Amino acid sequence: MAQAHEHKHPGEKEYIKIAVILAVITALEVAVYYIESLRPLLVPVLLSMAFVKFVLVAGWFMHLKFDSRIFRRLFIVGIVTALGVFTILLVTLLVAFPAHS
Amino acid sequence: MTTADVTTAHTEEHPTYTGLNNVKMAMWAFLGSEWLFFGSLISTYLLFKNRTGSGPKPQEIYDIPFTSVSSFVLLMSSLTMVLALAAIQRGDHKKLRVWLVATALLGCIFIGGQIFEFTTFVHEGLTLKTSPFGSAFFVLTGFHGAHVTIGILMLLSLAGMSSLGKLPQRDANKVEMVGLYWHFVDIVWIVIFTVVYLIP
Repeated sequence: MAQAHEHKHPGEKEYIKIAVILAVITALEVAVYYIESLRPLLVPVLLSMAFVKFVLVAGWFMHLKFDSRIFRRLFIVGIVTALGVFTILLVTLLVAFPAHS
Repeated sequence: MTTADVTTAHTEEHPTYTGLNNVKMAMWAFLGSEWLFFGSLISTYLLFKNRTGSGPKPQEIYDIPFTSVSSFVLLMSSLTMVLALAAIQRGDHKKLRVWLVATALLGCIFIGGQIFEFTTFVHEGLTLKTSPFGSAFFVLTGFHGAHVTIGILMLLSLAGMSSLGKLPQRDANKVEMVGLYWHFVDIVWIVIFTVVYLIP
């Protein structure tokens, strides 16, 4: 019955391709860190690359792309809750106590 | 009850309300909740990273090339982990043990790197008590390291069970659960590497 909600997982070749992409992105992250001309764009570029790595690991290695949507929702609810709660907390603390930031 | 009945009872999953494996559901709920745990530690770090007091500042002590290699090692351990799962799913127990031990070894290399990094930082004057930055850094990366260590113990337990013949193909779910935990630890490091080390 459980199989009715799940699709076929990727094969070994696809896993290796994902690992190569992850390695390349990690190398690019480090390269971007050292390129002075990219300093103004450093934060958005690094966050974008981290997001791509995050999606590749969660989607392919953890099979979220292929498994039931319920698993995806459980995971995303945790992330969204954490992001929401701690963004509010950080903004509140930085506004209330700017001298300490 | 005959031997055949017992085998059937062990191999068939009982029906659930959602039609999904309850253990897998619980693991995903646990991993979702872990974001709150690591979210609190990352937020604390972001709040305190500029409060260095008389101690060293982040950019003065971080060794980006070294941490990049550690990150690469942990990323590749996710590949070996997923190859271990693929091996047990096709009934290849020898490959399963090879990939499980390889994953544990890569995890050990990562932890070794973290111990080296912590020791270097302490010698450079950054300890848990030096500054709010030091406390937040060591608590965040230390708890991540503890998660990796627990993962290594689980991987070695699975390898031991497989060696004793106590991890048949029908128990591939156990490898998948440990795998989910391991990949989660890897994902958390992806966030830590970017937010803590790379973003100034």
